[in-house]
Amino acid sequence: MADEVILLDFWPSMFGMRVKIALAEKGIEYEYKEENLWNKSTQLLQMNPVHQLIPVLIHNGKPVCESLVMVEYIDEVWKDKSPLLPTDPHQRAHARFWTDFVDKKVFDVSKRIWSTKIEENESTKKELIETFKILEGKLRDKPYFGGETFGFVDLALITFYSRFYSAEMFGNFSIEAEFPEINAWAKRCMQKDTVAKSIPDQKKVYEFLVQMRKQLGLD
Amino acid sequence: MAEVKLIATTDSLFCARIEWALKLKGVEYEFIEVDIRNKSPLLLKYNPVHKKVPVLVHHGKPIAESLVILEYIEETWKNNPLLPEDPYERSMARFWAQFAGDKCLWGAWEAAKLAEGEGKVKAIESTQESLAFLEKQIEGKKYFGGEQIGFLDLAVGGIPHSLSAMEEAGGVKLLDAERFPSLHKWAQNFIEVPVIKECIPPREQLLNYFNTSISYIRSLSVAKP
Repeated sequence: MADEVILLDFWPSMFGMRVKIALAEKGIEYEYKEENLWNKSTQLLQMNPVHQLIPVLIHNGKPVCESLVMVEYIDEVWKDKSPLLPTDPHQRAHARFWTDFVDKKVFDVSKRIWSTKIEENESTKKELIETFKILEGKLRDKPYFGGETFGFVDLALITFYSRFYSAEMFGNFSIEAEFPEINAWAKRCMQKDTVAKSIPDQKKVYEFLVQMRKQLGLD
Repeated sequence: MAEVKLIATTDSLFCARIEWALKLKGVEYEFIEVDIRNKSPLLLKYNPVHKKVPVLVHHGKPIAESLVILEYIEETWKNNPLLPEDPYERSMARFWAQFAGDKCLWGAWEAAKLAEGEGKVKAIESTQESLAFLEKQIEGKKYFGGEQIGFLDLAVGGIPHSLSAMEEAGGVKLLDAERFPSLHKWAQNFIEVPVIKECIPPREQLLNYFNTSISYIRSLSVAKP
């Protein structure tokens, strides 16, 4: 019986992009369903009753939620092609530590930049700059965070590339200018077809966030 | 020199999780207690990014973040498996472990630390909604892992114990036995398992810590003009 794979997503979601990259890396065919977060489908509410958020992976009718849990699931089920995590337990722990770091220090922190008044962004910006300094330190002399090949940490972080332009406009700092190694790493990742086709245009994302901020009365 | 070292404190449920896993797998380890308030040199050496406990050091290589350490222990010492074999069941255990930490534990802390008011009421409601999801997961089961203690039991294990101290310090009632009978029963059984009981953070220490933290936090909001 063929696998039925469905991804419930919302195009600007950096979490959804992670799953798209993972599915593309493994060459998995799936049905993509765009959700309207202001009018969530019954399917989304049934498949993720706990958080009612995207992305949700539905594999043969069973839902998996939380992007990094989903990526590990994809890696374990479709284990014969393009491994996303290393095999050695210590390297796997290292990868999981850094993806947790990305979630807490990049994604969680940067959410404040899109969702607060511009005047309040200074301390958030400082935190992000500190975080990127640490990440750039980890990257030193290596093409990818995973070493010679694109891996779990690269996948977890690269989706933030879609927000580089927005960070510059709202946060008044340029990741490209201040962190040349991170910028070079991002461009390297974007040369991979699986990554490039999973990440929307930076300016399109910026326009979306501008609209959101207007609706929230932030600008 | 011990092959496996655990840099930890005795009053942290995150550290307790690691001791439970090591003991369940019969792994010998050296417990190295550190003072996290004074950021001991060991902590700065082995966890320069977060400067927190627990840190597992195996063959001289450090691993930090308790759930990451649990997965490492599971993959390195394969006896007495903590995670199921089926990838879907594994993803469920991981999902609920994250949920329990983010929504139940940190949610409870939000509810406990706030002074009386609308914010506190909302935080209590939200935490109890989250606990209701967890209650459904344990209904009809001896352990989250089934017949044996598993990954999710270790992840959730210290939470009811911590919540009890948080409730007293913060003047809230969260995990009441009437509303969450299955969680209550599971928590009582879990804490009586000898290997678990030996490493549970002493309630007095937790209470002391929460009392001090909550007084400090509440004094800050009073001090604001």
